[in-house]
Amino acid sequence: MSELTDKTIAELRDGIRGGEFSAREIAEAYNTAVAAARTLNAYTVETPEDALAAADAADKARGSGELGSLAGIPLGIKDLFATKGVNTTAGSKILKDFKPPYESTVSGNLRKAGAGMLGKLNMDEFAMGSSNETSAYGPVISPWRRKGSNVGLTPGGSSGGSAAAVAAGIAAGVTGTDTGGSIRQPAAFVGISGIKPTYGRCSRWGIVSFASSLDQAGPMAKTVRDCAILLEAMAGFDPKDSTSLDVPVPRWEAGLSSNLKGKRVGIPREYRIDGVPGEIDALWDQGIEWLRDAGAEPVEISLPHTKYALPTYYIIAPAEASSNLARYDGVRYGLRVEGVKTLDDMYAATRAEGFGDEVKRRIMIGTYVLSAGFYDAYFTKAQKVRALIKQDFRKAFERCDIILTPTAPSAAFGIGETTDPLAMYLNDVFAVPASLAGLPAMSVPGGLDGQGLPLGLHLIGNELDEQGVLNAGLAIEERAGFTARPEKWW
Amino acid sequence: MSVSPEQVRHIAKLARIAMSDDELDRLLPELNNILGWVEQLGEVDTDGVEPLATVIDQKLRLRDDVVNDGNIRDAILANAPEAQHGFFAVPKVIE
Repeated sequence: MSELTDKTIAELRDGIRGGEFSAREIAEAYNTAVAAARTLNAYTVETPEDALAAADAADKARGSGELGSLAGIPLGIKDLFATKGVNTTAGSKILKDFKPPYESTVSGNLRKAGAGMLGKLNMDEFAMGSSNETSAYGPVISPWRRKGSNVGLTPGGSSGGSAAAVAAGIAAGVTGTDTGGSIRQPAAFVGISGIKPTYGRCSRWGIVSFASSLDQAGPMAKTVRDCAILLEAMAGFDPKDSTSLDVPVPRWEAGLSSNLKGKRVGIPREYRIDGVPGEIDALWDQGIEWLRDAGAEPVEISLPHTKYALPTYYIIAPAEASSNLARYDGVRYGLRVEGVKTLDDMYAATRAEGFGDEVKRRIMIGTYVLSAGFYDAYFTKAQKVRALIKQDFRKAFERCDIILTPTAPSAAFGIGETTDPLAMYLNDVFAVPASLAGLPAMSVPGGLDGQGLPLGLHLIGNELDEQGVLNAGLAIEERAGFTARPEKWW
Repeated sequence: MSVSPEQVRHIAKLARIAMSDDELDRLLPELNNILGWVEQLGEVDTDGVEPLATVIDQKLRLRDDVVNDGNIRDAILANAPEAQHGFFAVPKVIE
């Protein structure tokens, strides 16, 4: 049955409808693959019975014409999404035994479309990390290895379990979340596609909050088309999220076209930065040629505040996180440390025990930049620079329709290789500006580097122009012909 | 501007995270490193720039002031570390 796990979501969907195979056969193939890949540590919880139940419902409904767009498709759900009755930990010890009594809007939307759930996917604690090493449940190990080496590599982060699951063929597609690159960088590291839509497209209701002005859900999958199919099911207005956009969900899959005639592709000169391997710049140049071949016209653009995006992000995101994570107090849910005298001591002991080092670091930074006397110098200043970054993009999109950059400044690195927090933050140098501006952005695989590891290309679109992003992604996908898969060692 | 050990201790208290002296010693240079790095924002001229709080222009919606949820006390308490008589229970606050 291994060939079923090689198929795209579009192929599975069409195969179920055409009677080529049953949804149950798909679910069984995936359940078997998931159980055989525990070495990767991609799943924190496995829910094979959930995948089977959705498959049986799809098989029963087949022929009735009532099949949802994802009927019988088995997905992995990042452990940041509340799933009713199924452990939701956000990769943290503080939520170790938390079983939500409700379902997040996005995962609920996928269920309504008929999808089944294979399990919950490991991630950096509270989505704070770029390597999956901050998870309280151990790092995810990438299915990819450097040529001739068996050193364990990270799948990137924070949606590292999500990325590894798609690359290893243990989920047909997955949900991710992206606050400052957490869908795009891992997608690039494992050679798959992933899109972060415009801020507000996907409801944040039921997603464990990290930095609310930045957090967005999005899909990761083998192909651009699969991303379009998943995003269509995930997105939509939700009155339960005050920043949800009340706009119709376009039919992105039906709108897919790799003909970019008349489109101008912006190439931001500030994204040529020192210290980036030549192979990444070379792939970027190749990407420009691919888009030109698809009919687009490359134009040089300037995003002058690019170098300030990361420091801006590392004020705003920790500030919002310190506020959001105040809720973990050992009272209403999650861990409580007993044996201390006062209520205040209980809070402090619980949070000391329940949070990992990176989460504590960011809460401390956030608390500091919001504290009396420093608020204006740090937080308000960062919000002003954020306005300038947004303005840079606004001006750029007067001159172009889509922006092309590399996704990450390196290929996947080894587990334990990056120990300095600041060096880790630099991973998201190309991803963060689009997050600060709330824009749709996508990573698609472009090729392999000299070590045999995937590299991604990054497309940024104007507000609400997911279609433009997907179409440019499709144009690259068709020309890159990226079919490399990790050799199975697990 | 760098933070002092006393300031780090104060921030930990504000954040309600218990920290040993060893942890505080370890954290101090890390925080100063990160804060030193973000200070480059000082180079940017932001005079007259409005701080951005909402990244996609939209109006906050109001909904009708009616109960649209409720009667789920047991579901809410189900994850509590300690619940008594239908309430969240905490260590004694007042003697």
